[in-house]
Amino acid sequence: MDPVINHQPPSPATAETAIECRELTKKFGDFIAVDRISFRVQRCEIFGFLGANGAGKTTAMRMLCGLSYPSSGHATVAGFDVYRQQEKIKQHIGYMSQKFSLYDDLTPLENIKFFGGVYGVAEKEIRERSHDLVRSLGLDREANKLVGGLPLGWKQKLAFAVALFHRPRIVFLDEPTGGVDPVTRRQFWDMIYEAAEKGVTIFVTTHYMDESEYCNRVTIMVDGKIEALDTPANLKHRFACDNMDEVFYRLARTARRSDS
Amino acid sequence: MKQLFVFIRKEFYHVFRDRRTLLILFGLPLVQILLFGYALTSEVKNIALVVTNASNDVLGQQLTNQLQASAFFKVQEQQLSPTEIERAFKKGHIKAALIIPSGFGSDFIKARHATLQVLTDGSEPNISKTVLQYVTAIVQDFQRAQQPATSVAFTITPELRMLYNEEGNGSINYVPGVLALILMIVCTALTSVAVVREKETGTMEILLVSPFKPVMVLVAKAIPFLILSLVNFAFILLLAVYILNVPIAGSLFLLFMITLLFIATSLSFGLLISNATNSQQVALLISMMGLMLPTIIFTGFIFPLENMPLPFQWISNLVPAKWYYAAVKSVMLKGLGFAYVWKEMGILCVMTILLLTITVNRFKIRFT
Repeated sequence: MDPVINHQPPSPATAETAIECRELTKKFGDFIAVDRISFRVQRCEIFGFLGANGAGKTTAMRMLCGLSYPSSGHATVAGFDVYRQQEKIKQHIGYMSQKFSLYDDLTPLENIKFFGGVYGVAEKEIRERSHDLVRSLGLDREANKLVGGLPLGWKQKLAFAVALFHRPRIVFLDEPTGGVDPVTRRQFWDMIYEAAEKGVTIFVTTHYMDESEYCNRVTIMVDGKIEALDTPANLKHRFACDNMDEVFYRLARTARRSDS
Repeated sequence: MKQLFVFIRKEFYHVFRDRRTLLILFGLPLVQILLFGYALTSEVKNIALVVTNASNDVLGQQLTNQLQASAFFKVQEQQLSPTEIERAFKKGHIKAALIIPSGFGSDFIKARHATLQVLTDGSEPNISKTVLQYVTAIVQDFQRAQQPATSVAFTITPELRMLYNEEGNGSINYVPGVLALILMIVCTALTSVAVVREKETGTMEILLVSPFKPVMVLVAKAIPFLILSLVNFAFILLLAVYILNVPIAGSLFLLFMITLLFIATSLSFGLLISNATNSQQVALLISMMGLMLPTIIFTGFIFPLENMPLPFQWISNLVPAKWYYAAVKSVMLKGLGFAYVWKEMGILCVMTILLLTITVNRFKIRFT
């Protein structure tokens, strides 16, 4: 079941770099959550970040988003340094966490207006685009009802749309489809492809191996290290597996850490 | 600046869409003012007093009438035996008894000395003391009226005045107390819960990833409650003046400034709590137990601080509400000026700066 839009990533030679990490490390005391990871994400790429719970995915993502400082190593996001230019980074990224992250006691429109405002989108633009957005999500009738009453799938789609509203260059999605039914998940991935087509780089962590097949390239993290990084097709070929599930299992079973 | 405005508007949505917050915000002051003003009054009125008059003479009857005329007592005239009186006390039908012995009038006139027995229910010491004072005062008045002025050679009459509260209005010192309590609840509990809720729902992360400055999140959370607290302040003052007839003797502006300062202290407290916790329940528990209780106990508006053991008096110095209460009392009830409250204001200032410094520093450490 391939998504409707077949997204072609740019060829590596010509592509701009969206995210680059070199030896990026995060330690909490003696515990090395992220261990010298290096990778490069191209503009417009859908970059999957896989790993068991506790493998260090979220920690790595938090460093890239400017939520925490790396212990060592280098990284740039949208061309800005994660140590010194966090504020610049924040202006060019969108973020959607694994928890549903809109306000339940606000309407979809109010949520869009709030986050748009916080990201500094001009008021006129918010007014013009928010109604279109609500309509394109099929939320016309719910536009003035509180978000808390919407089904989870719709909430997640809305949250994604909100994360993209200020037109970020890169959007970080931390397990965006957790707990969402398969149909909505498909629709969600359609939205991801659509965004990538428009030039947004997608950095996504996920638990669902079928979703990893939708990514242009996939990273598999085990115990804080990157164990594999390639296109899903190449990974399957290399490990002689039929699907990503097997690839993941083969790599992840060596893990010594597991999340509580 | 525009971002801040957007944020504050969102905070108001939260407040006005949450029935519980609204109830705390506007229901609580109303209930507390009415409770403290009417129900929890320390004034003693309408005490059930039984008068057993065994004298059957004019003098005894006159004394009884005088007691009846007083608003303090609900007098029942009954000829009861000592055992019957005791039974009435035990059943709680009466709080006090006055026994006029036989020959009361003749003793007074002929022997120039008469006795009365006053019994009170000592299981309620405060009421008992008040009853004894009232009865003594009425009897003395009565005695003075019976004697021709010339017959008394020397008398000392204490002229009594309750300064700043001439009518003995019992609700007068509750108003500053309720003010302190309500502002503490609104600013500390509601603010801390409002911040922690964002952590619980995960929206805090989104805000921290946004270009919105983390410290501004605190500012944006505090401003709506600052505004609502000032509305509350006006509301309580209106209730106090028009319903409880508590006058505002001093400068309204000074009162406003002191309140603004106390609100700042309480908000800083709320923000500090919200930094230290990650769940709404814990935040609420800390605000309620950690601040409400000390506010009630150590402010002095219910339990006099002067009677507490010294260590407790020292502890009370750490409670912001104590200083606020003292300052409001000075300005509102005594009509004093800045010269008399600068110390309290200074202490609140220092507390606020201290709390804010800790809060802002901790907030940075946590999230970057």
